[in-house]
Amino acid sequence: MSERLNEDQPIFQQIAELIETNIAEGEMKANDKIPSTNEFAKHYQINPATAAKGINLLVDQEIIYKKRGVGMFVTENAKNIILKKRKSHFFDQYVKPMLKEAERIGINKDQLISWIGENK
Amino acid sequence: MMEIKAVNVRKQYQKEVALDDLTITLEGNKIIGLLGKNGAGKTTLMRLLAGHFSNSSGQLTIDNKSPFNNYPVLREVCLIMESNNFHEKFRVKDILNISANFYPNWDNEYANHLVNVFRLNINQKAKTLSKGMYSALGIIVGLASNASLTIFDEPYIGLDASFRSTFYDLLLETYQNNPRMIILSTHLIDEVSRLFEEVAILHEGKLMLHDTADNFERKHLILTGSKEEVDQLTSGRNIIHSSSIMGQKTVVLYNEDITDSGNLKVSKASLQELFVYLTKEEVNKNGTTNQI
Repeated sequence: MSERLNEDQPIFQQIAELIETNIAEGEMKANDKIPSTNEFAKHYQINPATAAKGINLLVDQEIIYKKRGVGMFVTENAKNIILKKRKSHFFDQYVKPMLKEAERIGINKDQLISWIGENK
Repeated sequence: MMEIKAVNVRKQYQKEVALDDLTITLEGNKIIGLLGKNGAGKTTLMRLLAGHFSNSSGQLTIDNKSPFNNYPVLREVCLIMESNNFHEKFRVKDILNISANFYPNWDNEYANHLVNVFRLNINQKAKTLSKGMYSALGIIVGLASNASLTIFDEPYIGLDASFRSTFYDLLLETYQNNPRMIILSTHLIDEVSRLFEEVAILHEGKLMLHDTADNFERKHLILTGSKEEVDQLTSGRNIIHSSSIMGQKTVVLYNEDITDSGNLKVSKASLQELFVYLTKEEVNKNGTTNQI
């Protein structure tokens, strides 16, 4: 988890997304312990309250669960929840901007489709 | 829990008004950023908290007690400024000893550890220290004091980027090990904004804004698009900055809810950029407001 934080999005959201990406890629699996709030704060040089907010976002979505006094862990269903969520955002986040830029510079749909086909 | 309360606090040095009717409450164990342009009154506020002098009028209290001439309160307040923290004839080890005697929660082991981290020579006199090492000494005293209210006013003059980063690590470490109120005043906002839980901006001796760092991030909005569309959506709104180029206009809004931004591009500014938008002089001259 060493990606750099940027200014485009609130820090707590970026922390949440970093953890999600790790889980989505299988880096962290169900019931794995995630770093503590303090470890995130130290690694990214951020206020611990910000790190806690990011983690709580994932607790609310049942991606992370807390064990009092022990730590925070990846839930059994975490990967499914993340993939489902990301798939639902995929069109808006990736396809839409691509189509917009294609239209702007005059690339037609057939060309796009053939590129996607080639890459498979 | 630490509570600082300023009610209508005014501080005047002969004819110059440094703080003018300042009202603010700071509470809890938090890292708080105190921002403001040169001459905004930051240092005056911090020195009032450290009991260096008394306010001209109004009430200033720390946990309901006035800090001025109040020894028990001041033993719980550690202010580190950019200079004049220590008697220049004293050696580093003397300064550490004096601090150890003054601050009831002083952590001697940690102080010694920090002396090694910053590679200070404890036998050197304060006046012979380089600017950077003098700053390091101040930082060591502030961190090891464990004072319930620890205040750093531009504490890193002469410290290189690498030691500054070390300072930020240490600040988080001491905050996590000994949660307390830490006030940090700085012009290097980009470097430290992520450490803040709360931010207060002083402007011309008054409080301009005080909010959580989170809300600063949430409450502002940058809209970019064609001039017509931007004007249509933002006229009459609280605009803190605007600029145009090539028919495109960018507007920064504060404390406005825009639910539908249409074709406009929405983005965010850093705390440092926001600070500049809010306090820069030209903003006033153009007739746009910076009063939130």
